[in-house]
Amino acid sequence: MAKVDMTSNNPMKTETTLRFPTISLSGQAGTSFKPEHLAAIFTQSGRHGFFEVHAENYMGAGGPPHRALERVRRDYPISLHGVCMSLGGPQPLDKDHLGRFKNLVDRYEPALVSEHLAWSTHVNTYLNDLLPLPYTAATLAHVCDHVDEMQDAIGRPILLENPSTYVLFADSSMSETAFIGEVSRRTGCGLLLDINNVFVSATNHGFSALDYLTDFPLSGVGEIHLAGHAEQEDDEGDRLLIDSHDGPVADAVWRLYEIVIARGGSIPTLIEWDSQIPDWPVLRAEALAAQAILDRQANRREPSHALG
Amino acid sequence: MRSAEILPLRPQPPDFAGPFSAALLSPDAATPAQVTGPHGKRADKRYNVYRNNVTVSLIAALASVYPAVERITGTDFFRAMARFHVRETPPASPLLFEYGRDFPDFVDSYDYAADMPWLSDVARVERLWLDSYHAADAPALRPEALSAVPPETLGLLTFKPHPATRLFSSTHPAVTIFAMNRGAGPVGRVDDRPEDGLITRIDDEVTVRLLAPGDATFLSALLDGQCLATAVAAAFETEPAFDLPGAIGEMIAAGAFSHIEMESCHVEHV
Repeated sequence: MAKVDMTSNNPMKTETTLRFPTISLSGQAGTSFKPEHLAAIFTQSGRHGFFEVHAENYMGAGGPPHRALERVRRDYPISLHGVCMSLGGPQPLDKDHLGRFKNLVDRYEPALVSEHLAWSTHVNTYLNDLLPLPYTAATLAHVCDHVDEMQDAIGRPILLENPSTYVLFADSSMSETAFIGEVSRRTGCGLLLDINNVFVSATNHGFSALDYLTDFPLSGVGEIHLAGHAEQEDDEGDRLLIDSHDGPVADAVWRLYEIVIARGGSIPTLIEWDSQIPDWPVLRAEALAAQAILDRQANRREPSHALG
Repeated sequence: MRSAEILPLRPQPPDFAGPFSAALLSPDAATPAQVTGPHGKRADKRYNVYRNNVTVSLIAALASVYPAVERITGTDFFRAMARFHVRETPPASPLLFEYGRDFPDFVDSYDYAADMPWLSDVARVERLWLDSYHAADAPALRPEALSAVPPETLGLLTFKPHPATRLFSSTHPAVTIFAMNRGAGPVGRVDDRPEDGLITRIDDEVTVRLLAPGDATFLSALLDGQCLATAVAAAFETEPAFDLPGAIGEMIAAGAFSHIEMESCHVEHV
């Protein structure tokens, strides 16, 4: 198995001059960073936790977004989360976008860098959603090429995130967990386990979230995502969950999270909240709830890594 | 020898993205045949989640670029108008703050907006506001830089624009309408008249100023790299009452320039 530093996915290179302090996020819980929370974040006491930003929001040349992110980065580790690299698509990666991504990594020295097992661009159209792909030998080879290319471009390993999906492909020939495990094995990438995505997909496709987590290569996970979801119905009137990131984490997802942490140890954990954004104390309370679970685990003996 | 016989064998993935994406922005297209629910369940509503995500999120992206236009038209009107544009002209870049450059022209062609001939220019001001917001960082020219220049050579100065500086001219009062509708404050009647606006960013704040007569001619010449004497002459030709000290003072205070140069010789970089 390829060797990856699972706890930090630190930069491969060490010769760069650090403009920001290196701050560990080991065993910590963080939240999405929203500029409207900036003042509240810096009036609270303590500098615990970390913040995650969508990389594309900081790809402008200059201006207020960079001032805000510089301010955050001076006191906190950040996680740079890409949402539009289109790693799962059949077409070549956008070289300009790879260059912009590398510039951000160099500029902000993030503790974590992640992208999605999904696609969002077709030909010249950017569709602004994380779209699903079939799991086959052919798509596996393509995704591995894309992950290799991104890791080479930015000079460090990424964490690849499991998707939430609403449809399946008739021609899929592998399970999602086998596909993700094979990408990690072939490319050396780490993994971002989104437990809300697991719960959403498990509900939508009628499989057991616990079975999925048992099959998931937990030793490769460098970050966990938790988020809220919404509920609709499919054509048969059955429950169809939507990965909406617009509310608190569901009770069922918290229970799965406790199971994962008991098995995998105190993996850095992020609360995602991207729409109908609440006041900072509400979002922070979600992170503190995750932190309590991480701390409880850290005070236990080391995880056994025995799954299932 | 055919090239296929010497190329390394790399399985070509079926183009799942083509059929999947083709129906995303076409509400009348059928659900792609390749997708399914579990155990052969239908996937129409399931696929529609993606359709909805794409359309709604891109309408929201336009709304975040054009909040004054949305306030003027009301949310329902805006969403209907934006939905047409999203389907006709989806983004070509993953950077959504670059999206919507074609939207003002679309507004011009949108029949239901024909009774608001100034609306597209309000949109153009909003687009420039966002460009200014994301433009590269640079220091702004300090007022005292001018006092270091010998008076007899002032006319030879050229003014280098700050990267966030934009100049806009409208045959309608687009700047006033923009300013009234970017906040939640009251709006009133505005007489139809041409307006010029200066958009700048200083101390990380984007501001839009209404320019006095002659100012736009003056500033346009400076932004084109003309020397101060040429710009002043052009301004007085347009507006005999042009207020030179007032114009240059306000433009420097607004952060419109990053530095000044003498002919090709670098004088001051603050």
